Amino acid sequence: MIRLNLKKTLQSAGGKMVLDLQLTIEKGEFVTLFGESGAGKTSTLRMLSGLLRPDSGTIEVGEATWFSSQENIDLKPQQRKVGYVFQDYALFPNMNVRQNLEYALQKNQDRAIIEELLEFAELVELQQRKPETLSGGQKQRVALARALVQRPEILILDEPLSALDLKMRIKLQEYLLKVHKKYKLTTILVSHDIAEIVKLSDSVFELQNGSVVKKGTATDFFGLNKTSAKFRFSGEVLKIQKEDVLYVISVLIGNDIIRVVSDPKEAELLKVGDQVLVASKAFNPIIQKI
Amino acid sequence: MDWQPLVLTFKLAVVTTAILFVVSIPIANWLSSTKSKIRPVLETLVSMPLVLPPTVLGFYMLVAFSPENAFGNWLNEYLGIKLIFSFGGLVVASVIYSLPFMVQPIQAGLSSLPSTLKEASYTMGKSKMTTLLKILLPNIKPSLLTGIVLSFAHTVGEFGVVLMIGGNMPGKTKVASIAIYDEVEALNYAAANSYSLILFSVTFVILLLVYLTNGGYFKRFAQ
Repeated sequence: MIRLNLKKTLQSAGGKMVLDLQLTIEKGEFVTLFGESGAGKTSTLRMLSGLLRPDSGTIEVGEATWFSSQENIDLKPQQRKVGYVFQDYALFPNMNVRQNLEYALQKNQDRAIIEELLEFAELVELQQRKPETLSGGQKQRVALARALVQRPEILILDEPLSALDLKMRIKLQEYLLKVHKKYKLTTILVSHDIAEIVKLSDSVFELQNGSVVKKGTATDFFGLNKTSAKFRFSGEVLKIQKEDVLYVISVLIGNDIIRVVSDPKEAELLKVGDQVLVASKAFNPIIQKI
Repeated sequence: MDWQPLVLTFKLAVVTTAILFVVSIPIANWLSSTKSKIRPVLETLVSMPLVLPPTVLGFYMLVAFSPENAFGNWLNEYLGIKLIFSFGGLVVASVIYSLPFMVQPIQAGLSSLPSTLKEASYTMGKSKMTTLLKILLPNIKPSLLTGIVLSFAHTVGEFGVVLMIGGNMPGKTKVASIAIYDEVEALNYAAANSYSLILFSVTFVILLLVYLTNGGYFKRFAQ
């Protein structure tokens, strides 16, 4: 179990912001931090991993205290068992793929983990390549594999897939799920993509101006449990058109635009740019705001 | 022609550059990562030799190192080091005089690296030292090369500081730039020209090599 109780004054683009949050994450959970940019998500992850010092509060992981302003405890990032996948991947340009992984080995650690992770992340053929020659998805796999070398208990993923195209995202989401289960990790993800969050996470915390404003399981969080549906997708409203007595709503789901019929009452609640859920019970599609 | 001044010049440049390389890396690393309030002061001190007349620097070192004064006397009495009119003194003066030429490129190189490289290494349990040696320095090789070459070339070309604290002692402190001055004073233009031409060619070739290397010309040529 990870318990965070943090206070920190941050200088953000919009001026000073006071981050003040309490979070509890169960061991083995896949958790997502959700919220607008500047809400304090990355700062929270940086404080957990020891890269940013909170002004006050505590960080407890299992039985251990990683940070306590009262007891004057502040473990260095080197002492915290955290695998961190950065948004810009942070691969070492002077080393090839294999060397990037080997660098992360701990003293006297069994080197077999390198082969295992190269195989798992499908990097065996790329192992001699330098990072600059890799595609975004390949870099992402290296960064993920490298973060796992030291066998962390906590894996931190800071918007790891935001720079990738949809196909690659979906493939890597599968990877993340597999990794999370196989290595029995507690995984903390920052993401804006609702489909991704619902697919990956057990629970979701929404941050706003440095505090948790909403939390719940992924399906509860986006209100997806209220409809019993045969299929459902989330997307963004692109256009609302009136046609006779009905409205036709164009929704972007992934890379596809889908047109959904809606009655005027439902359509009134929607505007262009809204995140919506499109679901169907056998015949009639339902469209609702989430 | 007497080759001794040239040999002495390059010996001084090599020793100075080697010492500067070792000294400047920690300074540059500290300057590039600190948020300390005394950073601007230290940056100013490091950069002073860029604008200060070398004679000013030389004058104060002459005063400080003189056995007449407490510090110079202490060096002489307890450590047996005499820095005035000696090769050792030239090295100390050159190191201070060329400091910005080594520190600034390395500092700029380190600042240009994304901070996530360092942070990634820390989260893998690696110490600051390991991170510096295995991650940061190998990724700023062009900056290191620039620092080395600029310090070397700058030391080859120094005159004022050397004259102030080294004087003009053949085989000990008479470097090529002093020798040129000496020959001109003696109206011996041919000898002055030989020294000058050699310094001119050597510094041109060294700087050209840096620009070719950092511009990637050799890599393209090799392919």
